[in-house]
Amino acid sequence: MVIFSVYVVNKAGGLIYQYDNYVPRTEVEKTFSYPLDLVLKQHNEKVIVSFGQRDGIKVGHAVLSINGVDVMGKNTAEGKDILEYFNDPANYPISIRFGRARLSSNEKLMLASMFHSLFAIGSQLSPEVGSSGIEMLETDVFKLHCFQTLTGIKFIVLADPRQSGIDALLKKIYEIYSDFALKNPFYSLEMPIRCELFDQNLKSALEVAEKAGNFGAGS
Amino acid sequence: MSRQSNRTTDSKKMNSELFTLTYGALVTQLCKDYENDEEVNKQLDKMGYNIGVRLIEDFLARSTIGRCQDFRETADVIAKVAFKMYLGITPSVTNWSPAGDEFSLILENNPLADFVELPDNHNTLIYSNLLCGVLRGALEMVQMAVDVKFAQDTLRGDNVTEIRMKFIKRIEENLPAGEE
Repeated sequence: MVIFSVYVVNKAGGLIYQYDNYVPRTEVEKTFSYPLDLVLKQHNEKVIVSFGQRDGIKVGHAVLSINGVDVMGKNTAEGKDILEYFNDPANYPISIRFGRARLSSNEKLMLASMFHSLFAIGSQLSPEVGSSGIEMLETDVFKLHCFQTLTGIKFIVLADPRQSGIDALLKKIYEIYSDFALKNPFYSLEMPIRCELFDQNLKSALEVAEKAGNFGAGS
Repeated sequence: MSRQSNRTTDSKKMNSELFTLTYGALVTQLCKDYENDEEVNKQLDKMGYNIGVRLIEDFLARSTIGRCQDFRETADVIAKVAFKMYLGITPSVTNWSPAGDEFSLILENNPLADFVELPDNHNTLIYSNLLCGVLRGALEMVQMAVDVKFAQDTLRGDNVTEIRMKFIKRIEENLPAGEE
């Protein structure tokens, strides 16, 4: 049972902190010879598989590295266009690593702001007056828990659907925020949190929550 | 006074004399730097404001108090929970205005001003003005605009210390979702 990540969103909807505790690694590295039997295409500054799923390489997986060297978007580390590189038989055999593309920090910022707006929609859609915003979002792979403080800061935790005790964990993260971020006089409110002590304490709180499977009182 | 990572007790014991001395050093240094009581009052209010905007999160994180429905509830929470939690005193709430938007907090003793006497050349200095800033900053973060002043001060010859709080308006900008 794992906690995947933690996001903290400020009053205006901007992401001020993000931590990935566990990123499932579904990466596959294979050696290929010319011609490549996967159909690749460029999408959103990345090169992804559009057809030809096989051996653990799925449609939607992105090219992560070529011959052990990480790629930069749709170019190789040396700046050559990846699709051109793959079309040249002289470059083969090539070892390519495919996997689910990780979210870039810009994408995370955008998603956090979008969630901030959706959160508000949650309370507006409500048939009853005085509803809170979105508290939980469930998919088959994870559950997103959100806690908004009276001052408008949102703490968001993405965890395994079977993980319990997330409410207590959210309160604990609020306490850690009020201690190690706010009591640091050099931290300005609403700005990205870059406090070592906050990171460390958050990590240990997540460890405790994962081990216990249930964050109890008295911690 | 360094923190362990897991808090088992809610409040750390600290020598109140050290607190009084620290606050006193702060005020006297401000007086030396600014040489003008009005300016010092303003600076204390500003500093209090910065403390208040951070203290409110600590207060909300540690107590289980939810949103107050009206100003009377706010007054009770401030006097009975917040003051008790942070200064160890419980002021009384009195002198409500007829419209219910102003009240007074009467403090029997003021921990900031233990052992303090104001000299004659600092007649207009509001020694504990930090508290006004703290209350103003904290309430502003929960969408309440208030005006906080010292109505009476034992340091200036009155019997009790009285803080007068007036509700100005609810802050409608940047309301957290679901609080409309």
